[in-house]
Amino acid sequence: MSRSLREVVFVDGVRTPFGKAGPKGMYAETRADDLVVRVIRELLRRNPALPADRVDEVAIAATTQVGDQGLTIGRTAALLAGLPKSVPGYAIDRMCAGAVTAVTTTASGIAFGAYDVAIAGGVEHMGRHPMGEGADPNPRFFSEKIVDGSALVMGSTAENLHDRFPHLIRERADAFALASQQKYAEAVANGQIGPELVTVSTRSAEQGWGLATVDEPPRPQTTLKGLATLKTPFRPHGHVTAGNAAGLNDGATGCLLAAEDVARELGLDIGMRLVGYGFAGVEPEVMGIGPVPSTEKALARTGLSIGDIGLFELNEAFAVQVLAFLDHFGIADDDERVNPWGGAIAVGHPLASSGVRLMTQLSRQFAERPDVRYGLTAMCVGLGMGATVIWENPNWEGDE
Amino acid sequence: MTAVFENEVVTEAKVRYLNLPGLSGEFALITIDNGHDHTRPSTFGPGGLASLDAALDEIAAHSPAPVAIGVTGKPFVFAVGADLSGVPAVTDAAAAREIAETGHRVFRRLKDSSVPTFAFVNGVALGGGLELALHCGYRTMASTTMVAFPEAFLGLVPGWGGTQLLPNLIGIDPAVTVIVENALAQNKMTPASKTAELGIADALFEPADFLERSLEWAVGVLGGSVTVDRPEVDRSAWDAAIERARGIVAARTRNASPGAVRSVELLDLARNGVEGDAFTAGTRAEDDALTELLMSDPLRASLYSFDLVNKRAKRPAGAPDKSLARKVTKVGVVGAGLMASQLALLFVRQLKVPVVLTDIDQARVDKGVSYVHGELDKLAQRGRLNPDRLNQLKGLVSGSLSKDVFADADLVIEAVFEEMSVKQQVFAEVEAVVSPECVLATNTSALSVTEMASELEHPERVVGLHFFNPVAVLPLLEVVRAERTDDATLATAFAVGKSLKKSCVLVADAPAFVVNRLLTRFLGEVTASVEQGTPVAVANRALDPLGLPMTPFELLTLVGPPVALHVAERMHEAFPDRFAVGEGLRRMVELGKSSVYSEPGVVDPDLAGIDSGDSPLTEEQVRRRAVEALAQEIRLMLDEGVVQAVQDIDLCMVLGAGWPFWLGGISAYLDRAGVSEQVTGSRFLPRGVASLPA
Repeated sequence: MSRSLREVVFVDGVRTPFGKAGPKGMYAETRADDLVVRVIRELLRRNPALPADRVDEVAIAATTQVGDQGLTIGRTAALLAGLPKSVPGYAIDRMCAGAVTAVTTTASGIAFGAYDVAIAGGVEHMGRHPMGEGADPNPRFFSEKIVDGSALVMGSTAENLHDRFPHLIRERADAFALASQQKYAEAVANGQIGPELVTVSTRSAEQGWGLATVDEPPRPQTTLKGLATLKTPFRPHGHVTAGNAAGLNDGATGCLLAAEDVARELGLDIGMRLVGYGFAGVEPEVMGIGPVPSTEKALARTGLSIGDIGLFELNEAFAVQVLAFLDHFGIADDDERVNPWGGAIAVGHPLASSGVRLMTQLSRQFAERPDVRYGLTAMCVGLGMGATVIWENPNWEGDE
Repeated sequence: MTAVFENEVVTEAKVRYLNLPGLSGEFALITIDNGHDHTRPSTFGPGGLASLDAALDEIAAHSPAPVAIGVTGKPFVFAVGADLSGVPAVTDAAAAREIAETGHRVFRRLKDSSVPTFAFVNGVALGGGLELALHCGYRTMASTTMVAFPEAFLGLVPGWGGTQLLPNLIGIDPAVTVIVENALAQNKMTPASKTAELGIADALFEPADFLERSLEWAVGVLGGSVTVDRPEVDRSAWDAAIERARGIVAARTRNASPGAVRSVELLDLARNGVEGDAFTAGTRAEDDALTELLMSDPLRASLYSFDLVNKRAKRPAGAPDKSLARKVTKVGVVGAGLMASQLALLFVRQLKVPVVLTDIDQARVDKGVSYVHGELDKLAQRGRLNPDRLNQLKGLVSGSLSKDVFADADLVIEAVFEEMSVKQQVFAEVEAVVSPECVLATNTSALSVTEMASELEHPERVVGLHFFNPVAVLPLLEVVRAERTDDATLATAFAVGKSLKKSCVLVADAPAFVVNRLLTRFLGEVTASVEQGTPVAVANRALDPLGLPMTPFELLTLVGPPVALHVAERMHEAFPDRFAVGEGLRRMVELGKSSVYSEPGVVDPDLAGIDSGDSPLTEEQVRRRAVEALAQEIRLMLDEGVVQAVQDIDLCMVLGAGWPFWLGGISAYLDRAGVSEQVTGSRFLPRGVASLPA
């Protein structure tokens, strides 16, 4: 049989407001699968032109796949969301790049012709599932020095990155973190962040029902002076603080992907067109550098250069890790193409869910920016990896 | 406010102030939650009402003032009404009135609120829970939930505004259906889809995102983008609907339940509307009704009955330790007649294990199996079984001429002709095939189980399982312990009964056990009255003031004269001085008559002369005679140790004969009418158990 690849489009993306993990967080008594259910139902509700039985796959990422994030969460969430039982689903894991991988995997299935429409997303309830819960690292990692002990502690890998790039001093990281908070607050005030949020009813046995409508982690009052006083928990007199890193968070994201011809046939919106993607591995001890080789790879495979990219949505696991990326590509710390609405340092980083937050945000920026043709979403991944996806703006008004 | 009920599980009202997208100002959301999971639904006692009152105080004092108030429940439950567990402690009218008035006062704060109010009915809402929702301006409901007003069923009235608010929201005729007709039809619930049709719910949302969608909808209502149309209530419909309600109450209770009668009176009063003084007058009338009912013996008897059905029926008194029960993985049914086939159907549906019917010829066996298959097909047609389950269950039912098929059965029940020698022979044949542990059960209604087992090698494995007709419907199972029945057999019988979803009562191997013995004694007195000259019509209506589900002669038709005669003869053998075998009954059986009437109200001419005696009784005399006989028989049964306690007799009469809650089965009535003391020298139950406290 002959085959031709199909164009894949990002139709729409939504997310729950992100919460602070822990007993005082707004989702302390809310199940992770319920967060995903809410996202899936809202995607279908916002896109009434899509018959639910046209969804060919539901891929949901979670790093810790036990309890309410276990039992093949893509399938359980699809059933709980009321999708037809004919719609299959699965769970997927690449730690922080879980949702990214859910997108690239299902998108590849679409391009290949195995699916017409897919839902891809991720969830992490770090309150119910602390990082590394139940992990059992093989002792060979250490006996054979396959990785350094610090490789499994994300904050330590960020300190290692400061060591590798001594010019990326703490003050630069703090300045970047402050800007993230400020840009986020401005985007909320402008109504740029908000429309993609789905409300979530939040149970509290103590206080009764509440409703999550806005992100809980941001600290709009952040100052450089305040940041400078924060402790460095990963190393005495180190660089990485709670202020220049993403926190521990709860949240879920999801998006609708479709073959472009199917989207047009059904009358679905087209938010972005997938250009290409790349994943790459690096030394686990400096996992934060991962997006550099993954981006090089994605650019090489799509024939684009860094100069073609008009917007960057980079996950801010740690400020230093974004700075390393920018430094490598010769982009200024405060370049306005980078994270124009702030990033994970402000909004939070519920591990496996974050990739689709970046994409959703990029698609909304594309709608505002017909002058931009290409955008890039990228993130670093635990155990030393990077993930990069390049997107094209369907609203681009330039000439070929 | 009275003190909190002792041991009240207090339902707390917790308030949170929400900022909702699209709404300027705060939305006060009250969650009503008793702190337990859904298996213990929230109810309102004095403590719960005080908490809601305090929450409304807090909201009133909150700054900035909220722009709307919503009420919702804990997960899966809205609220299931008043906490009735504290009623036994209510000893005077003033305390009863306070319960009524406090509910009204607190709930009315929502109705009179200066800001819009919403009920988000996320789960089941019964009685006072539904009344709370009705006091709100708007209601959303989860699409899978149910609502009901069980008050008339319990002998109360929906007395926290329900009788006034519901008819003025949805119209009087549908309100009669919900408050009277459904309540008196075994407390039928109204599904959410129907509540939306009736106008009880303004919008339905699926449970997956019920609260989120409800809040979004509320914002729409507040902002004007969502409008709620409520059709004008038709005042001209009142008379006809009230007449219909009276007809229902008369037919279902013979007006013997004051709660049902009062409910209709209050619905009638609701014609004046629920604005201002009219509502005040309506709620005052509800206060009066609730006060009187709470301080009445019939209501106390109802609550006693409710407790028997919900607690004692689930934990049968005297049952051996559950752990002794043996697994039942295959069931044999000896006989393939109608009773046997009904049993086979019940066993296969509930146990989902192979069920084999045997009989003496192939035609009977085939008929029995095809009956069961046919009934399963009907269930599938009605959507009660999916095709896979239908295939499974049909495949489990088979028939055979040889009892060899029982070899690997764990329980064999016989439903053959009611003749001791036949049954003994059947058991002997079965014993020759089965394992020594296989339980042998009999569905006899009147023969001695002990005698039936006496010739067997293992009599300890024999137990009586006395079902009631129709087997699929009536919830009672009398589990008969014969003289030598061992604990493992009995435990297995109870476990099977529970799996069959029956309420089991342990009874001794006494003639006709409980229900048939009392019904036979009772019917015997009525028919004897007729034979001594009381007109059939007089005797037939003599028991009306008790409100039994059917008249004596309707009961005779339902039981079937041949069965009634068989039991009567057995009882006469056992207790000749108390149980007579009426000539009239013999004639009915000889002539093959199923009823004393040839058409409604007309005594069958073939039975002319059955009431030809010369000492007719009045209705009152017939009633005295019948209830005195019941009191005497119950006392004897208790003395004989037929049951563990009189509560078991009451439970049997409620579940097996459908005798009403307000009689407390029967002992509460006999006590309050003074019959027990007069006939037996003492009450059956101390004051306060199923009656007002002393």
